[in-house]
Amino acid sequence: MNERKLPRFLKLDDWLGYLSLLASVALIILVLILFYELAIQSLQALKTFGISFFTGTEWNPVKGVFSALPFIYGTLFTSTLAILVAFPISIGIAIVLTEILPRNIAEILSTIIELIAAIPSVVIGLWGIFYLAPMVRDSLAPILSTLSFIPLFQGRTFGYSYLTATLVLILMITPISTSVYNEAFKYVPNDLKEAMYALGATRYEVVRKVIIPYTKSSLLAGIILAYGRAIGETLAVTMVIGNKPNITLSLLAPGYTMASVIANEFLEATNTLYVSSLVALGFILLIISLLVNYIGGVILRRLEK
Amino acid sequence: MKMRTRKIKDKIFTIVSILAVIFITLPLAHIIYTVVINGAQAINLEFLTKLPKPPGEIGGGIINAIEGTAVLVGLTLLISFPPGLLTGIYLSEYGKGKHVNIIRDIINTLSGLPSIVAGLLAYTIIVIKYGFSAMSGAFALSLLAIPYIVRTSEEAIKMVPNEIREAGLALGLPKWKVTLYLVLGAARPRIIAGVLLATARIIGEAAPLLFTAFGSPHHVTSLFEPVSALPLIIFIYAISPYKDWHTKAWGAALVLMIIVLTINFAVKYYMKRTRI
Repeated sequence: MNERKLPRFLKLDDWLGYLSLLASVALIILVLILFYELAIQSLQALKTFGISFFTGTEWNPVKGVFSALPFIYGTLFTSTLAILVAFPISIGIAIVLTEILPRNIAEILSTIIELIAAIPSVVIGLWGIFYLAPMVRDSLAPILSTLSFIPLFQGRTFGYSYLTATLVLILMITPISTSVYNEAFKYVPNDLKEAMYALGATRYEVVRKVIIPYTKSSLLAGIILAYGRAIGETLAVTMVIGNKPNITLSLLAPGYTMASVIANEFLEATNTLYVSSLVALGFILLIISLLVNYIGGVILRRLEK
Repeated sequence: MKMRTRKIKDKIFTIVSILAVIFITLPLAHIIYTVVINGAQAINLEFLTKLPKPPGEIGGGIINAIEGTAVLVGLTLLISFPPGLLTGIYLSEYGKGKHVNIIRDIINTLSGLPSIVAGLLAYTIIVIKYGFSAMSGAFALSLLAIPYIVRTSEEAIKMVPNEIREAGLALGLPKWKVTLYLVLGAARPRIIAGVLLATARIIGEAAPLLFTAFGSPHHVTSLFEPVSALPLIIFIYAISPYKDWHTKAWGAALVLMIIVLTINFAVKYYMKRTRI
């Protein structure tokens, strides 16, 4: 056999090699088909509305006018707020896990926090409907309303709001960044920390001057991965956000996200333009979330080397 | 800086960190508490073994959803495990060169696939032509499971020490025998753990099933008909106006949580016991 003329990746020595190559190629073709399908199905909406699909604010199935902006806004607004809060919380938890608690107790606590990530999204949504949303309406909103000079806390709320959705997201993404930070902090060389302590530094100073600078890229990767999760989160958010397209700074107002509008309206979509607009939303959502995940993954993989 | 202010700063920092732990564990405790308390009211023999009654009528159960979930998970593993494992084998044992990273990256993009988009895709590819069915639901779930299975099998196989491969090859075994019998044998515990964790993840997914498995109040009779699932009825019952359905949503949530947590703890125990 003339093996030399084969491209390098085909030079395999037995049938299992070819079979496994075949499986890999099949999966890649599957991924390409998925992209192709989404693009094709989005085409009608993108052609009909052009750039106004991204800049318009109206979503009116009755009139047949669709634009994505309120949903893109809702997704990015809730997810961004969620990571802004989850970021310091995850650092705090990871510090407690690695620096404060003895190892065996830390292990139990980290198992408990991993548990949160294992809870199905609908179950968190169920809890959100019956406990979190009423709590936001009756206890949290009245307190926040006293800060109504800040645009974030203006208006009244029925409990189903950007705020409730953001709280749910914080709860769901914190375990993700925490587990990245927990791993990263464990690998900070002990001699660096001990040197600081020997100089009389407090724990806070060690964290600020050694641990955080040393793990900078892990901190970034962890929060980016959490961001990816928040952007794609569907049902837990759908169940508490109020489902109303709404571009506002007020956290107390109801809103909508890309994932939730697809979940709520796709089966009701009666004409092809409506369906195509929802698929286009899915396409935008996919692109954003792949970008975010890709960047997070690249940073993480560079770290592993 | 004065010693006192430094000490105070340190104290505040410690307190804030501990508050962060409480901030995140308190809701978890409350979720588990409410699921157990509310779920326990719903669960009885009828709930676990009977079909649902028409909307508004009290009574009936969720056996349709339990059957549906079992069928969906089984089908999903059947669809996603063989190509997932084979791709893992290719990436770790056979593939050499730059293209391996490209293959890995492309399949990895799937792991960023939002679950609702998986449902959309299964709809546009399968449901449009063949209607709502267990098959289309399993296809949507497979899109979520495949990248996970590829990654865990690749990592599991890579952790097998090279001596095992060398010993096999030195005995004159062909590479496929070494890979199938020796390498996979050594990697098996980790692969099983990975598959179980993938199961725990997909079993709670409702979003991909909304436009695929769709839901059904009947027993599962065919893979080409709509089926229900536990996460699906939690969603549908939770947003319904009926009080009895709300109770049933909690009951289903308790059943689902027990399954998911059991799998997670079983894997943890199993990994500890086999020391991997």
